Amino acid sequence: MVGLSRVDSHLPSNPQALSELPITDPAPADDAEPKPRRARKPVGWSMIFIAVLVAVCAARVWRRDGIDGVLNILTHDLWLFGEIVPRVLAGCLLGGFIAEILPHDKVSRSLGPKSGLKGLLIGTAFGAILPGGPFTAYPVAAALLTVGADFGATIAMVVSWTLIGYGRAVAWELPILGTEFTLWRIVISLPIPVLAGWLGRVVFVRMYPKGEPSE
Amino acid sequence: MTASALIIDITLWGSVAILGLMAWRRGRVVLVSSVREGSIDFINIVPRIALGVIGSGYIAAVIPPDVITGWLGPDSGWFGVLMAVIAGAATPGGPVVGFSIGAVALKVGGGPPQVIAYVVAWALFAFQRMILWEIPFMPARFVWFRAAVSLPFPFLAAAIAMVIGKP
Repeated sequence: MVGLSRVDSHLPSNPQALSELPITDPAPADDAEPKPRRARKPVGWSMIFIAVLVAVCAARVWRRDGIDGVLNILTHDLWLFGEIVPRVLAGCLLGGFIAEILPHDKVSRSLGPKSGLKGLLIGTAFGAILPGGPFTAYPVAAALLTVGADFGATIAMVVSWTLIGYGRAVAWELPILGTEFTLWRIVISLPIPVLAGWLGRVVFVRMYPKGEPSE
Repeated sequence: MTASALIIDITLWGSVAILGLMAWRRGRVVLVSSVREGSIDFINIVPRIALGVIGSGYIAAVIPPDVITGWLGPDSGWFGVLMAVIAGAATPGGPVVGFSIGAVALKVGGGPPQVIAYVVAWALFAFQRMILWEIPFMPARFVWFRAAVSLPFPFLAAAIAMVIGKP
């Protein structure tokens, strides 16, 4: 009897909760689901190292060229920064879209740790055709990592972008180093993205046998 | 603004528009949340990029290109390759600087395998690109891991170049 009355006392609240569930729950459920969220990077040792390096270099410029030298470089770089900022925004948006649009399971199947040679080849092809510059390549690579690509496939993509991506080759290398050298260099570089991705996987499995440690 | 910069911006924002449209077709929620994620990333990354861009001018000013070209001198053989790899990693500045140094090295008698090693090393782990671009965007662990894994490949490229020769 006691048990029943307890059930009874719970009953009135239950239908209400149930009726509310479908309306209010989607957002919390979305968060509860193991959905990859990009970990916001804390200010790590890398950034501190860079800041120190920059400070040391700026001090050397100041001692060598005086305050004018320091200001000259500063204005030039601020100008450059102004040019780059909108592109960085575009790159971040691309990364955001890719992280949302690409289905997690599909990406981890085709670019994940078990994707084999095919995953490395897909990463390589993707890096080679990716348009834009570093402001697209790195946010997109970071997004791929978030949605399930492993280090190997992402390494293949990044390395392929720097080594056989057409953007840099056409815009800079051809005019400066000439067609013959550029083509020769690219042919020699062709296997490197896949090899680097493969080496990355081999080392990764040895370093983190239980998967990547969470930060 | 040069033509190539214009093309870059058009393809870039064109891709943003296309992907944005795809996100929007999945529903407003998807669009809003991806734009929010992208914007938060942007806000997080801008100070890092600022440090990198503004700092890189000072780093470049301290490492003059002729020092790098000196390292790429006529040393042939594997010692020359090693110097080329170090030079590639140490080269500051954008694509113009790296490729120009390679071109100068070819002209002053640098061996093609060494110049290949230089260009490949510079493409793989030029420290300034890593500082300026890769570290702000990617997990630091990934960046160091990728750079470490990339180490053998300039040497491999030089070896291939030595074997197949220059056409």
